[in-house]
Amino acid sequence: MEKFTLENISLVIGVIVILVGLWGLLTQKNLLKMVIGFSLFDTGIHVVMVSIGYIRNRTAPILDDAVSAGDAANSIVDPIPQALVLTAIVIGLGVTALMLSYVLRMYQKKKTLEINQYNDLKW
Amino acid sequence: MVKNTFIFLLLVATAFIFIHLFAGFSGNQDLNPIAKYYATNGPAEVGSANLVTAVVVTYRGLDTLGEVTILFLSAAIVGFFLKIENTDNKNRPLKYVSEILNTASQILVPIMMLFGIYVFINGHLSPGGGFQGGAIIASSIVLMFIAQPKKEIGHKLITVIESISGLSFVLLGVAGIFLASGFLDNSILPLGKFGTLFSAGIIPVIYIFVGLKVGSELTGIALSLKENQNEA
Repeated sequence: MEKFTLENISLVIGVIVILVGLWGLLTQKNLLKMVIGFSLFDTGIHVVMVSIGYIRNRTAPILDDAVSAGDAANSIVDPIPQALVLTAIVIGLGVTALMLSYVLRMYQKKKTLEINQYNDLKW
Repeated sequence: MVKNTFIFLLLVATAFIFIHLFAGFSGNQDLNPIAKYYATNGPAEVGSANLVTAVVVTYRGLDTLGEVTILFLSAAIVGFFLKIENTDNKNRPLKYVSEILNTASQILVPIMMLFGIYVFINGHLSPGGGFQGGAIIASSIVLMFIAQPKKEIGHKLITVIESISGLSFVLLGVAGIFLASGFLDNSILPLGKFGTLFSAGIIPVIYIFVGLKVGSELTGIALSLKENQNEA
């Protein structure tokens, strides 16, 4: 089967992680579990992006004894998705910290993590 | 029931987007033209052995500046949001810290900090860089917080380090306009011998500032969260 290659398998795993995260985000009632769902969603997207940049039988885009500078174009994987994922991980970390601090403040206000209890804006 | 149906439909729709991607994706055989350009000309133009670093700091340096700004914004919002008004309730009951954790943290914290510094100074040669090194430094400080909950670190010190390193990053970028060919150009300093510590122009300097900035920002977030435990 042509579809059972490393990049396809990691693509599918990434999509599954995205779907699990989205499902958790939409169905869980606990605020912390929603934050975890968001993080899973984030991680799945990172896996998909890295697997799109993968090229079979090639190595990391770092020039050393194994990869000479002249032959780099034929022996490394795509460095751009990796740089993008590096950016995305850092921003995901910042957003997660922000969400956790909101959750902390909300908990201090109402002493509960259940999203159903926060019905102030519901009509 | 209606709600569950909507959730199911949304999940199916999301999966459908990626099924399209999966069906049309048969694995890459070769680099695309931009990546090929970076791989062929990157070592000569930038002088960085780690091509991801070359992309992050030089070719896409403006994006990294934006990323650092976003991280700064989120750290600032966390600091603003978790600001505590009354600091007099410092006598909260603390959990007993085990002897093993306490002793291990005294040995591990300096080593972890040193490793973080190593990772961001060698960002242009080996896997790693400013963000990763900063995260390692911040995690060493979190370990110190867990082992010694009464330890105080001033917010002022963190803010000073963060501001100086952020400002230096921008000033180095502006210096590129006057001394080299453009904003964040890395050839202000000589490129040096390829693969040595003092090479790749301005990349190690920028990564040192990014590492300090990320480390102090994450430490600030952890410190805000820790101080708020008093009120919970």
